[in-house]
Amino acid sequence: MYNKRSKFLTFMVTAGMVFFYVPIILLIIYSFNYSKLVPVWGGWSTRWYDVLFQSEALWNAVSLSLRIAIVNATFATILGTLAGLAMVRFGRFRGRTLFGGMLVAPLVMPEVITGLSLLLLFITLKQLIGWPSERGFTTITIAHITFSLAYVAVIIQARLAGMGQTLEEAALDLGAKPFRVLIDITLPRLAPGMAAGWLLAFTLSLDDLVISRFVTGPGGNTLPILIYSRIKTGLKPDINALATIMILFVAACVAIAALIMFRQHKKTMQDELIANQS
Amino acid sequence: MLARLLRKMQSKWRTIVIVIPFIWLLLFFLAPFFIVGKISLAELKIASPPFTEMFDWKDGGFPKIRLVFDNYLYLWEDSLYFRTYLNSLKISIISTFICLLIGYPIAYGIVRSGPITKQLLLFAVILPFWTSFLLRVYAWMGLLADQGTINNLLIWIGLIDEPIRMLYNEFAVYVGIVYTYMPFMILPLYANMEKLDGTLNEAAADLGSKPTNTFFNVTLPLTMPGIIAGSLLVFIPATGEYVIPDLLGGGNVLMIGRLLFNEFSANTDWPLASAVAVVLLILLVLPMTIYQYYQGKATEAEA
Repeated sequence: MYNKRSKFLTFMVTAGMVFFYVPIILLIIYSFNYSKLVPVWGGWSTRWYDVLFQSEALWNAVSLSLRIAIVNATFATILGTLAGLAMVRFGRFRGRTLFGGMLVAPLVMPEVITGLSLLLLFITLKQLIGWPSERGFTTITIAHITFSLAYVAVIIQARLAGMGQTLEEAALDLGAKPFRVLIDITLPRLAPGMAAGWLLAFTLSLDDLVISRFVTGPGGNTLPILIYSRIKTGLKPDINALATIMILFVAACVAIAALIMFRQHKKTMQDELIANQS
Repeated sequence: MLARLLRKMQSKWRTIVIVIPFIWLLLFFLAPFFIVGKISLAELKIASPPFTEMFDWKDGGFPKIRLVFDNYLYLWEDSLYFRTYLNSLKISIISTFICLLIGYPIAYGIVRSGPITKQLLLFAVILPFWTSFLLRVYAWMGLLADQGTINNLLIWIGLIDEPIRMLYNEFAVYVGIVYTYMPFMILPLYANMEKLDGTLNEAAADLGSKPTNTFFNVTLPLTMPGIIAGSLLVFIPATGEYVIPDLLGGGNVLMIGRLLFNEFSANTDWPLASAVAVVLLILLVLPMTIYQYYQGKATEAEA
């Protein structure tokens, strides 16, 4: 199949890449624009980065968003990994269809529905048991974990399906207890998937606007909520600077994650080769 | 004896592994929908004050059961909601179709690239998916604005004298949806196409089939699962989209996600917002079920 790409396909791929990246590149270029009006070029400058670093509201938002993202990613990875194991390795169990449905639905559910429904849940819970007493960090984190764990579960399921059970079966044949097999073989082999899942959950949380806006309370301004309130009325040069930092940060994280996955993939192939030979 | 103990321990671990995420999803994903359903049937004690006042005049003398379907009746009677649902469906169907038309050849082109180019292109498609959705939408505000990059460029070339209005209308919403949801179309298509057996195309060619013929009779039917998965991944969330119509459409484009949010935040009418959500969910249940069916089949095929 290789290198049999017609001119039309080459054109579409090239045009697609231009379409994907030109808006982002322009956004980055204009962050170095001196002019207060974003699209009017006033010469190169880093003044908007200075403006950015002096904003206290921004740092509060960054701190809140990072704390939520880290707690969310950790819990989502644990829950998502358990869910993935349950779906792929446990065969049939009672409620599997419902469980599978609840794992897939958050991926496509419109955010306005998830956001509204979680807000109404929190309000009902507060009336019933007095918790959560105020909305903010806790409620946003719970909401994020709920949709992030579904994404983690997808990654874990794909990885579990891809890595087969040869090594686990070999260990069981040699007399290892199932729990030891899980700790010594399955989890280490799942680690790159879990790392990728953690990173994805982390970025999803940093990125979420709609659900956070529903379940937040007074003072609970996450970074996207802050950005949104700034850009609602038009283009803001300091937001271009902020966007540049965020985009480069995420790109670096993803590149590292891709590298880890690639290396691990090679190692897994070697392990399996050895397992099959012996 | 030992074996039984072992099995018992194993089943205990098994139960724990299943039960923890199960309970989390039941509590924070499924239960909230029942609460939305309940509140959409006008529970006055939960509603905020503005809502109570709005319905007080109707409440007088009537049995409480009369109130129950008021929100849904209102949705039915006020043509604004009907038009908004219809417009949301129209916009997301057309966007899905555009995504498919552009995304299909891109995915096919990536599959047919050399091994290293393929990995790089795949990475390039996935990367925007990781970067902020909000900022990618914001980037288009800069491109489409009256004083934006595209208009400036066209005026500089001399093609136009006056800026073309591209922001704050339906066109901008289409651009935004196609741009942000494109990876959701390309990735399932790619996953599907990569498994295709290239020898089938060769066999068709050997037997004298023209390339267009081969495409419509061999490739297209075989990539149907990818087309369906990708289309649903774009269509379902796009129908309830809030950020894109709000930022790129201004106040000029009717979409149900935006209306729902406004009922909730600007009008603080939570029961009505709930009713809007319930109707939206009913509209999307069928596509979601189809997506789930294909997703389940894909996982089983891999395992």
